[in-house]
Amino acid sequence: MSDPARPTGVSVGPTRVRQLLNALGPLLALVLIILGFAAASQIRNGLDEHRFLTERAAHSERSGRAAGPVPSAWQCIREHDNRFLTVNTFRATGNQTVSVGIAAMGMTMIVISGGIDLSVGSVIALTSVMTAWCLQRGSPPGPAVVAGLLLGGLCGLANATMITRLKVVPFIATLGMWGIARGLAKGIAAEQKIDAPAHWLGTHILVRQPNPPWLLVSPGVWTMLLLAAVVWAMLRYTSLGRHVFAIGSNEATARLCGIRVERVKLQLYSIAGLCTGLAGVMQFCRLTVGDPTTAMGAELDVIAAVVIGGGSLSGGEGSVFGSLIGALIMAFLRVGCDHVGVPTWVQEMVIGAVIVLAVAVDYIRRKSTA
Amino acid sequence: MSASSDDPRLRMIGVRKRFGATVALDGVDLLVQPGEVHALIGENGAGKSTLMKILSGAIAPDEGRMYLDGQAYRPVSPLDARRRGIAMIYQELNLAPHLTVEENVMLGIEETRWGLVLRRGPMRQRVLAALAELHHPDIRPDVRAGDLSIGARQLIEVARALVTDAGIIVMDEPTSSLSQEDTAHLFELIRRLRGRGVSIVYISHFLEEVQQVADGFTVLRDGRVTGTGMVSQTGAGRIIEMMVGRGLDEMFPRVDHHVGGVVLELDDLCGEPLPRHVGLRLCRGEILGLFGLVGAGRTELLRAIFGLAPVQSGRITVAVAAPTLTTDDGATPSRRLSQGVGMLSEDRKAEGLALPMSLADNITLSRLNAVGRWGFLNLSRQRQAARRWIDRLDIRTRGPQQTAWDLSGGNQQKVALARLLHQDADILLLDEPTRGIDVGAKVQVYRLMGELAAEGRAILFVSSYLPELLGVCDRIAVMRRGRLIDVRGASEWSEQDMMAAATGGGA
Repeated sequence: MSDPARPTGVSVGPTRVRQLLNALGPLLALVLIILGFAAASQIRNGLDEHRFLTERAAHSERSGRAAGPVPSAWQCIREHDNRFLTVNTFRATGNQTVSVGIAAMGMTMIVISGGIDLSVGSVIALTSVMTAWCLQRGSPPGPAVVAGLLLGGLCGLANATMITRLKVVPFIATLGMWGIARGLAKGIAAEQKIDAPAHWLGTHILVRQPNPPWLLVSPGVWTMLLLAAVVWAMLRYTSLGRHVFAIGSNEATARLCGIRVERVKLQLYSIAGLCTGLAGVMQFCRLTVGDPTTAMGAELDVIAAVVIGGGSLSGGEGSVFGSLIGALIMAFLRVGCDHVGVPTWVQEMVIGAVIVLAVAVDYIRRKSTA
Repeated sequence: MSASSDDPRLRMIGVRKRFGATVALDGVDLLVQPGEVHALIGENGAGKSTLMKILSGAIAPDEGRMYLDGQAYRPVSPLDARRRGIAMIYQELNLAPHLTVEENVMLGIEETRWGLVLRRGPMRQRVLAALAELHHPDIRPDVRAGDLSIGARQLIEVARALVTDAGIIVMDEPTSSLSQEDTAHLFELIRRLRGRGVSIVYISHFLEEVQQVADGFTVLRDGRVTGTGMVSQTGAGRIIEMMVGRGLDEMFPRVDHHVGGVVLELDDLCGEPLPRHVGLRLCRGEILGLFGLVGAGRTELLRAIFGLAPVQSGRITVAVAAPTLTTDDGATPSRRLSQGVGMLSEDRKAEGLALPMSLADNITLSRLNAVGRWGFLNLSRQRQAARRWIDRLDIRTRGPQQTAWDLSGGNQQKVALARLLHQDADILLLDEPTRGIDVGAKVQVYRLMGELAAEGRAILFVSSYLPELLGVCDRIAVMRRGRLIDVRGASEWSEQDMMAAATGGGA
């Protein structure tokens, strides 16, 4: 019977396939960006060498010595060793990603739930200053790290309390925390940098050459990957994770289905705060000083990473893997531009354009598959 | 499950609830026996949904007591109600569109290991069993709910109630977007559940359905119980009287009006994705009804006409000022407004009104230059204009400065209508203008529509409520899956014909 109102259960492939496709988009963008910078670096270095050889040949001719034939520009470009596609570039970029990447794990959860956290940059500064402050007072590294983490978690809890108890929308609540945390960081550090003995935090976590060498990348990068795995499992395999998606997708439904929305938000923002705390500790490891003015505007990098990775600011969508790729894209854009010698002002414009482009392309792609 | 055999499954006594100025429930009693299908009947806005939200713990009553199987029952949250064995199937779809079917069905009642890790296997089994019981093993549990058709989504809601071991299942208009086949399956399922001793509260205003499936009934009108009894011992006419509280002529006041020349013509209109190939003519002084199930494309049609939804192909011709029909492309709402077309949104709260703004602002918003000059508003003239419409439409308010928040649904709807009148629209596209307003306000809206038609305005009236279409319209068109199935004079339609045309079930 061809009943026209008969519901059909099938219109698109199963969710898992779609999730995979969604994640592949940002990955493809990342690969393209890396290859693009590699090509740019190759051309630039080749041309530099060509110019150098030409000038040397001209110089020797003038001084009467016989000069060998100068290879063509194209030959120079082809035969030059690529300085961008090296293990060191990847290690350095990985290290640069760690802070934003770890904070992006917390942000992913918050964005999925339909919220936003503008306080990330300030909380990173606050927790890195806190860690430095503890170390300066003679605390061993372990407790200093724990102090940083807990302070981050506390900030998240405060955000959640404002959102659930005072009923302030996340944008405003975390904007408040953005100011409070930055101010507190400056207060603790007395408006200067805190010089502190970093111990192994400075020498082992975000190093260029990991020790032992079989680690391949620094322990900081491993921490980020491990955290990503934990958050991914939390979102996929626990009821908390599912409730986070449900709240972002349709909060009224979640409430009607008996989900304790306020409690989930409390847990969610606290966990995200712990992530931000960890990002702050990593920031300290990189700088080895507690700088209360660090990570200015980092919240926007973090949000951009999540959104590039497929997160939707209206909630219900987002992926840990995508956010990680998004963070890498942001880092590679910076490192690549520096490497090729693009001035900072152009860099900023490029990054801005990439964010808009990524989201626009994602929207078009989704529309065509739906 | 029951404490003693003679206790009713559910007893609600003297339940009262107010929302601001509106009394939604005024001392309602409800009695449901174990294994009974109890119909809760009433017009939109009679208080059925509010009563069920109280039962399910979504809102708390101001007064009244409730007993489940003889034990006092006072749910503090939906979760609490669910634990006490009450499952709700809400009328407005309550799915999380980003989650899969399985995730939606198990939402809030996930099985976990150590209270943390989800047990996916057993949950999958329960979901599959529920879908099989609904005769829909074709719905795959890992499809996103947002990708399903409206009818399938409604079945997911039913599945949600099935996976819990509920003692009471409340179904709020469960068939409103189901096909006849699925409706039959649902009725069969209801009988099976009743056989197992499950009590079902069945909310509907389709009397035929109630007569097919229900044992006892309670009728609500304006927040009060106006009748209760056994369906088999009560005639349909008696039940309608209890619902409406007045005779049918009083319900649908006729105002004489004469149909004139064509003012709006649709030619093979296709939207994105709905409607499909719709051709229709609307005349001056005519009330043209538009019926169809949810998802039939009625709202989409109105929005396409008004320039709010994209038009894929076809032609819309508006001829109010010019004597001859002229073609135009690329309509926008502002263009339509200047052509004398006005639209009333079905979603009063989200789209139709700016709730935080004053009545005066809301009424004059679409034609502010009538109450000002050079972009400046003359506030006293704005208030005067608003006051005029408040009087004409009998809007119960403290004055034009009151915000739209504070009004009852019926008065809010009149404010939305007043805007169209202030705008002096000649073609009125009304999308569910009587949804969620009380009977008295409905009668006023019907009379107003008749008066407007008598002034020579053309009205396209979308409704899901068959009696009002039959009572008010000159002609009625029925849509199904985006297509216009049939247009006839109102006297040539019966409720059965219209349902059959809308569902494709054959006459």
